[in-house]
Parts: sequence; C-alpha cells; structure tokens
Amino acid sequence: MRQRSVIPGFGLSLGYTAFYAGLVVFIPLAALFIEASNLGWGELWQTISAPQAVASYRLSFGASLVAASLNLIFGLLVAWVLVRYPFPGKKFIDALVDLPFALPTAVAGIALTALYTPNGWVGHLLNFKVAYTPLGVVVALTFIGLPFVVRTVQPVLAELEAEIEEAAASLGANRWQTFRRVLFPALLPAMLTGFALAFARAVGEYGSVVFISGNMPFRTEITPLLIITKLEQYNYAGAAALGVAMLLVSFALLLIINSLQHWSAKKTGGK
Amino acid sequence: MAGTITTLGNSHAPRISNVTQESRPVRWLLISLAIAFLFLFLALPLAAVFSEAFSRGWQVYWQALQEPDAWAAIRLTLIAAGIAVPLNVIFGVAAAWAITKFSFRGKQFLITLIDLPFAVSPVIAGLTYVLLYGSHGPLWSWLSEHDIKIIFATPGIVMATIFVTFPFIARELIPLMEEQGTSHEEAALTLGASGWQTFRRITLPAIKWGLLYGIILCNARAMGEFGAVSVVSGHIRGQTNTLPLHIEIAYNEYHFAAAFACASLLALLALATLFVKSLLEWKERHERFLASQAARKEP
Repeated sequence: MRQRSVIPGFGLSLGYTAFYAGLVVFIPLAALFIEASNLGWGELWQTISAPQAVASYRLSFGASLVAASLNLIFGLLVAWVLVRYPFPGKKFIDALVDLPFALPTAVAGIALTALYTPNGWVGHLLNFKVAYTPLGVVVALTFIGLPFVVRTVQPVLAELEAEIEEAAASLGANRWQTFRRVLFPALLPAMLTGFALAFARAVGEYGSVVFISGNMPFRTEITPLLIITKLEQYNYAGAAALGVAMLLVSFALLLIINSLQHWSAKKTGGK
Repeated sequence: MAGTITTLGNSHAPRISNVTQESRPVRWLLISLAIAFLFLFLALPLAAVFSEAFSRGWQVYWQALQEPDAWAAIRLTLIAAGIAVPLNVIFGVAAAWAITKFSFRGKQFLITLIDLPFAVSPVIAGLTYVLLYGSHGPLWSWLSEHDIKIIFATPGIVMATIFVTFPFIARELIPLMEEQGTSHEEAALTLGASGWQTFRRITLPAIKWGLLYGIILCNARAMGEFGAVSVVSGHIRGQTNTLPLHIEIAYNEYHFAAAFACASLLALLALATLFVKSLLEWKERHERFLASQAARKEP
C-alpha cells in the first residue's frame, strides 16, 4: 500500500483526514444523492427539466459564460500590465485584485446594487437598466470571478523567457505577431484554467447575485435561488434533484479544470 | 532548474533592445484600460460601501453598530469562525502531512475530495446539511430525542462554515510541503527526535508563513460566508443571524445605512486580510531570497 518510510504518523494523519473529510464532505453529499433518488427517474427528470428550472439554467450558465469571458479578456490585460509595465501604485493594485476573494459576497452584492440602480453612481450614467436585469447578474458574476484569470496567467507570464520574444523579433515578427504566434499559445492553458475556475465559481454563486438580480422567476432567477425557493416550500426532493444536477456539472467542471491545470503545468514546466 | 539555458548566463538580464517592448502609446493605452476596468469593478464597489455607510452621518453609523441584533450577529460570526478555522487548521495539517510525506493508493481521490467544496455551490452545501440533519432527514428522530438542534441553530451554522472553508488550509500546505520534501524530517528522526518534536521543530517552522496565509484566507471566507449559512440559519433575529445575514435583513427592510454600516465592518476585514496577505507574500519571498543567497555562498 505505501512505501516504507521512517516518518511517523501515517495512520493517524490519514485516518483523521479520511474521517473528517467523510464527515464534512462525503456523507452530506451522499445524503443529497439519496434524497434525490427517492424521486425515481421519471419525476427526477421532470423536476430537472421543468420550464422554470430550464430558464434558471439558461440565466446561470449564460451569465456565467459572459462574465467568465469578460474576465478572460480583462484578466489577461490586467496580468499583462502588472507583469510587464512599471507604473505608480502597482503593488497596491496588485493586492487589490484579490478583493473579490476577501470581500464577503453579501457586501459585494449590496454595493454593486447601490452602484447600478438607476440613481446609483454608475446607474445614472447609463440609459439602460442594469440592476434587476440579467445584465446585473453578469456584473455581479464578473466581480466575483475577477481574480481567477489574473492569478493563473500572472505567474506563467512572469516565467516566460525574454529570449523567445527576442528570437521572434529577430526573425522579423512585429510585436502583434509575436504576441499572437508566440506568447498567446504559451499563455492559453493558464487562460483557459482561469476561465474555467471563474465559470465554475460563477455558476454556483448566490450571495452577490440575489441582491442585484431582482429574483423574478423565468427572468432573473438563478438556479441556486430556485433551490432555496424549493427548500422554503418544503420540497426537499425537488431541491435535492436540482442540487444533484448542479453538482454533476460541478464535478465535470472540476475534471476539466484538473486536466487544464495538468496541461498548463506540462506546457510551462517542461518537466 | 540547472538547464542549459540558465548555465549560459542570467536569463533575467535587463532587456537591451526595444524589440520586446510595446511602443509608449500602446503601453499607456493598456495600462489605462486595465486600471479603468479595476476601478469600475473593484474600487467603486468598495467606495460605495463606505459612502453609503456614512451617507446619513456618523451618528446613524454608530447606532447601527450598537444595535443588540448587530452585536448578536457579530458574536455568532466570531463563534462560527472561531470554531471552523481551528478545526480546518488541524485537518489541513493532517491532510497535508498524509498526502505529502507518504505515498498511498487513493491519494488522487483524496485530493479531489478536498478540492470539492470549492467547486460546490454554497447553496448546495447548506442544502446537504438540511437534508442530513433537518426535520426531514434520517438523523432527525435521534437528534430530537436527545434535544439536539443543528439546523436553524448554531451547530448548523458552524458546520456549513466548516464545509465552505474546508479546503483552504490543506490547499495552501500541500504544494508547499510537497516542494520541501521529507529529507529534513528524516534527518531529524535519525538524530533521535520524536515524531512530535520533528513536526514542531522542523516542519512547523518551514510551513508557518504558508499556514498563516491559509488561516487568514480561511478566516475571511468563514466570517463572510453567506449562501451556505443562509440555508441552514433560519434567519432568527438575535439568535441565528451571522453578520452577512444581518446585513441582508437590514437591506431588505430598507435600512440601507444600517446595512452598509455593518457591511463596512466586513469590508474593513477584507482590506485587513489583503494587507496581511501581501505582507506574508513579501515575507515569504524575502526568506526565499535570503535562503538562495546563503546557498550561493556555500562552495
């Protein structure tokens, strides 16, 4: 089973780890699957494919996709600027990028709502509505996913050798060609990893969205909110069914992220 | 790292030519775009919290923070984080020890299991605990027989907090301890140190910055968690409201200044977290630098 080692504590540390992980993660998740299985296939499918549920998937996945794409573009830009260019206040800005990880989602939610309501600082400048529309959901999800692409691309960009760019330039490539043909392919795995992380986080997000979305069924109701609605109506099996559907998506995303990270490590590490 | 390239010379030598630099206008355009994006999405929301909190003056601000319900919420938030963070520290250290110091079958599965709470929606986390311990769940009759309340009570809130902050410490420590290997511990053990001594004198000093880093991130999430706690709390005023839930209720009742006053406390916590985090990153880089300098002096 394990290699011989002089280091003690294998049984204790692994035993405790397995016990604790089982108690905190494994058993509760198993309870979710058991509850959903009480429904039987027909009813399970009916709950998952109900029109209100489908509308909520469309919003949750659509808005997450838009938000993660925004973060992909601007995350690359921010990482590029932070790694390549000196400018005043850079350290401060670098630290601030992690704000969405540190700021509680409820605080982010009410702050963004205050900004984007029609008489808010940003809202009154716009001639279209953001708060209480799907656009508001995109804004909240962009906020909470902001650090992912920056933080995955930044270290890869910093590690790139200047030689390959010099080589490209000496072979006659201009700056844009060098970026597109040399740098972009090297950064792509990290960018996609960050994109997938931001997307996975956005799909499950609740706290920052509920304040700005307005929570209208079929229009601005995200899937996690629909789960809570079902739970409040004591529809445990229905909530569990939607929970299982979302959980399976999360598993799939986790697998994709793992293989992306693997690819990224292989491409940059070369080991 | 000693590849063919690095032996030829310092690869981080200052760039001599302009060919790998963008022109000045392009540079400024990119910097301005990046700063504009961060201003819109990070600085403005942060400024809005404090501006709204003080929009009706200091007096209203202080009053909102002195409300008994706000105090009860702060207390519950501290209790939840005070239990969840130490438990996850013990788990994180144990998990990192098992995973990095030994090889065993099922390791990859264990690592994936540890990562899972990051991928699961907080709402689903709360839901699983309601299904397991709630009035509908398999343990309910036993729990009510022994008069134990978990859902809509403090234990449920603590458990939900533990779930969402579960991976933080382990995730931080595993790569760090992986990189450090086992040779130092093996040396200490062959010199006659006990297992506990080895951990305390060798392993702990080597991981202390990473551990602290994990703790402050874990704590920030524990104190700020909303979705998972919201599902299990039941929103009983003065009893099962954490600070984020208290903010939600105040906001939904149109007590905006009060909601933002409490939100400003959590925003300050977030800023303090970012500050300590930067400090730890700097400290770690500095120690690494000193270590590499020391290694270079040796023949």
